Amino acid sequence: MSTVAVLKGGRSLERQVSLVSGARVEDALERLGHDVEGIDVGPDLVQRLRVLRPDVCFVALHGRDGEDGTVQELLEILGIPYTGSGVSSCIRCADKVLAKHQMLDAGIPTPPFFAFTETAFKQLGAADALAEIEQRLEFPIVVKPADQGSALGIKVAQDAAAIPAALVAAFSYSAKVLLERHVDGRDLAVSVLDGEALPVVEAVPEQAGLYDFEARYTIGRTHFVCPADLPPQTTARAQELAVQVHELLGCRDVSRVDLLCDGDGALHVLEANVVPGLTETSLLPQAADAAGIGFDELIGRLVERALRRA
Amino acid sequence: MTRRTPRPAARDLERYAGLFASRTSVMKSSAMRDLMALTERPDVISLAGGMPDTSTFPAESFASIMVKVAVDNCAAALQYGPTEGLGIAKDVIAQVMEAEGTLVDPDDVLVTTGGQQVIDLVCRTLVDPGDVVVAEAPTYPGAVPCFSVYQADVVQVAMDEDGMRIDELEETLDRLEREGRRPKFIYTIPNFQNPAGVTMSLPRRQRLVEVAKERELLVLEDNPYGLLRYEGEPLPTLYSLDGGEFVIYLGTFSKILSAGIRLGWAVAPNPVLQKMNLGKQAADLCSSSLTQHFVSAYFGEGRWEPYLQSLRELYRRRRDTMLDALAEHFPPEATWTRPQGGLFIWATLPDYLDTTDLLARALTRNVAFVPGRGAFLDGRGAASMRLNFSGVTEDEIREGARRIGEVIAEQVELFGTLTGHRKPEPAAAEPGTVDPELADVLHLPRPGEREARRSDGAR
Repeated sequence: MSTVAVLKGGRSLERQVSLVSGARVEDALERLGHDVEGIDVGPDLVQRLRVLRPDVCFVALHGRDGEDGTVQELLEILGIPYTGSGVSSCIRCADKVLAKHQMLDAGIPTPPFFAFTETAFKQLGAADALAEIEQRLEFPIVVKPADQGSALGIKVAQDAAAIPAALVAAFSYSAKVLLERHVDGRDLAVSVLDGEALPVVEAVPEQAGLYDFEARYTIGRTHFVCPADLPPQTTARAQELAVQVHELLGCRDVSRVDLLCDGDGALHVLEANVVPGLTETSLLPQAADAAGIGFDELIGRLVERALRRA
Repeated sequence: MTRRTPRPAARDLERYAGLFASRTSVMKSSAMRDLMALTERPDVISLAGGMPDTSTFPAESFASIMVKVAVDNCAAALQYGPTEGLGIAKDVIAQVMEAEGTLVDPDDVLVTTGGQQVIDLVCRTLVDPGDVVVAEAPTYPGAVPCFSVYQADVVQVAMDEDGMRIDELEETLDRLEREGRRPKFIYTIPNFQNPAGVTMSLPRRQRLVEVAKERELLVLEDNPYGLLRYEGEPLPTLYSLDGGEFVIYLGTFSKILSAGIRLGWAVAPNPVLQKMNLGKQAADLCSSSLTQHFVSAYFGEGRWEPYLQSLRELYRRRRDTMLDALAEHFPPEATWTRPQGGLFIWATLPDYLDTTDLLARALTRNVAFVPGRGAFLDGRGAASMRLNFSGVTEDEIREGARRIGEVIAEQVELFGTLTGHRKPEPAAAEPGTVDPELADVLHLPRPGEREARRSDGAR
């Protein structure tokens, strides 16, 4: 059996979620008989890894530093194999703007959007273009930080008056913000494991409205349907799109692609996540379960894939 | 390398979810709580805490008191005690309340495990699911989970610099009566309110007590900070004005001695106290005998008043430092309260700023505060924040306020850039009126309402 370091926590805003994901991964790895060391990542990360010399690192970090290629870069330098996607894929997926541009270029449907840095507004007068943006996107408009997971900082602006405050909020989390056409529809997630799509999960919030951070991580606030109750061709299309996005962005081993299904049954890809949540309410474990892959098997497979790269 | 004992699936919440009582669905883990967890990092200057500074309590005094307890009352201190508390602790409580001009019979006192237990016991005794509890807007964020657990329907009444608006309270009570809903109690922190920092005026106190009597409603008077007054004349407690008919008094040793000893108390009309006593029996049988003996020995030494005076001086300096720092570093669009005592200042920013989002940005500068939303149950408070000055040094206060001010200034500037190129939306409201949707802390100082927001605070 192998020595596995589970990287979790850190300083990102999703620290608490990551701690939960990490703890569940540790339990699973222990049940599988591995030597497990949970590491709440901090300034001593490199030193600890040098001392521990794990066979493999399980990346259970969400958000900044953990999902954007930073930790992956360090692990490359240290020569330690790790679960999930490599550096370049992490960078592409963590930046929603970059990911959406690649999707557009590849002809994958994603809601129309415009993205700006704070500098564009402060130095280049981007505010003068807001009216045109609003006209092209039409209200309601979703305003969100380019590189923040878990719906933090996302606001839906119903009219022009709500846009500036929504932008200010989004810029609290990120230097780059996107304005995106709001698609009124069902929240779907398709996880891709070893290049194959798992059953579609639908997240249905108990209260109508945005599937926000709180609903996402609180049992009882959202209920999940897996496999989602969709026409077979919609399911097939969602899975096909997810695999396409997974490959397009260069994801490795696992990813979770979030989509919306509008009233006409058309699908729109929002983003891909390279370190999907592994909490009790997270979507990847539910999807795997529906495919007959238990949590331990899921975690075990991810570790094996990483070890093969050693 | 330390090894945890493997606990297969012990963290798999869904395995237990089916066993949870339905009321636990409101005990939610919030995004804000996750953000607040980040404020505890050692490199963060946290103005988000609510802690008293216990570092000035002399260690040798602590040691000698514990020795005295061990020598004089070893067996009793290690034993269970009566649910209502030990007589020696109740005598001390009567002495503390007398220092605030409130006379009580020790027989009317219930010793509790911190003041928080009083809130729990009052809810447990009075609240059925769906019952109305009237609270201040904003209210003590720590009471909110308690109200939620008992599935209370909390109705919040606005405050101004004189505390809860009793006229609005009466309108609210009338409306509730028309709707056939009878509130069970009115929850108020009359002195240096947490989080707003304001103090209820004497006329309002008198009127509140009258209203309670007229309508036969209970008032829960939460008074943790009454003895921490840094200026101005003390005001009579609601309990003393009412004579103990409709007021339940909540006191605590947390802010005048130690939060770690977990001792508080309730004084209540006898039938209510008896029910609370039964509730306490179920909760924890009795509060710690050890710390009740500690309190008795400590007050027996007669040094509590000089120590309290030293706390007042320490906190007054910190409050003044924070007020100065806010004046220096917060932008002119911000307003804040000027507490005459207690631990907190409540600052309100322009309504286009959301302090929950602002906290995310502030954390990148290693500074934290409590976003205002936590003090409301209806989503209001988004533009406000609570700042604590008791648990941080003067240097930290200055630097913390500077960093928060910097982040606010950036956001204000960005908003200006975003809106400067458009005509502002015409205001729907008449000039001089406050849009109720926007008035998070209705009538707490707002731009233009008070001419000298950085004045000496004379009201």
